[in-house]
Amino acid sequence: MARALIHMPASAKAGDIIEIRALIAHPMETGFRPGSDGKPAPRDIIRRFTCEYAGKQVITAELHPAMSANPYLAFFVRATATGKLTFTWQGDNGFAQAEERELKVTS
Amino acid sequence: MKRLATLLAASCVAATVAQAAAQMPTAPIFAWPFGTNTLQPDDARKPGSDYMSPATQAMQRDDTQNPAMLWVANGEAQWSAATGAANKSCASCHGEAKASMRGAAAKFPRFSQAAGRVITLSEQINQCRKDKLKAATLKPESEDLLAMEAYVGMQSRAYPMSPSPDEQTRQSAARGQKLFTTRIGQLNLSCAQCHDDNAGKKLAGALIPQGHANAYPIYRLEWQGVGSLQRRLRNCMSGVRAEVPPYGAPDLVDLEAYLALRAKGMSLETPGVRP
Repeated sequence: MARALIHMPASAKAGDIIEIRALIAHPMETGFRPGSDGKPAPRDIIRRFTCEYAGKQVITAELHPAMSANPYLAFFVRATATGKLTFTWQGDNGFAQAEERELKVTS
Repeated sequence: MKRLATLLAASCVAATVAQAAAQMPTAPIFAWPFGTNTLQPDDARKPGSDYMSPATQAMQRDDTQNPAMLWVANGEAQWSAATGAANKSCASCHGEAKASMRGAAAKFPRFSQAAGRVITLSEQINQCRKDKLKAATLKPESEDLLAMEAYVGMQSRAYPMSPSPDEQTRQSAARGQKLFTTRIGQLNLSCAQCHDDNAGKKLAGALIPQGHANAYPIYRLEWQGVGSLQRRLRNCMSGVRAEVPPYGAPDLVDLEAYLALRAKGMSLETPGVRP
């Protein structure tokens, strides 16, 4: 499994806007680069990223070949209730990874 | 930013006063991320990060943005994972890396009794694997070795480069200095012609840094990954169309030893980000 680093506060006040930063190790091979044999290396990229907060989708992103290796995505979420955030990355060659983080919301 | 400027101004005044009293400050003026070195105010040496764009600087400064932290996290996992025939981990002998590895990376390359020659940090990691863990050595420039190097290196962040004073390392550095100033390749250029004589100017579109090796292993945006100082050196050598020595070659170790001496006192930035 690829290494993923997620940075977000462990707790927040209800109504607060929190920043979430998600970084994942992935080569993001474009499919256009020739290998040592002159043939293009097959494309291997992450296609889709989603984040769900307490079962509800809060962000989704489509990734394309021009994105750099080890894609870093930062976004903002309004803290409403204590719950689980689920991060999923899906890509070529059956790449699939899910991470979970708890967010504690105080009133 | 304004606050930083005020701090800078205040520290300049403090430094001048201290100089007048012939009492040079020895402690770093700022801790990481603000301080980049422990140098005297009249020292003209600048780390490569000083030449980078503010965006790349921010990427290096902020651990939550620095992609090299992926390697550091892998290194941290390796540190305490038992492996090899001895079923031991780095932590079995060294304990917490935070305490035991503080400053360690800043003292390499240095002479190793066990190896009988001057070795780099990555060779030391492999030496430990072979002798203590009874495990297979890691391939030069492999992801696992870079991860260990990045993790160990990061424990010395903001620590001044402190090259080993032993006789063999000094001789190695002297050989390295000779290599640094020797013209090589079809372009017939030496390291010094760019990094000593023309630092700060442009080579094609790229700025030539002074070439201080105080942030390795680095995450290079062009590489889209982490690479070692030897990768960087080999890169420059093929750039001047010279014969490129293999990883771990004595010439590369000598150059590393000289670069450590050349950057003596500059603070370590590992894991650095470079364009």
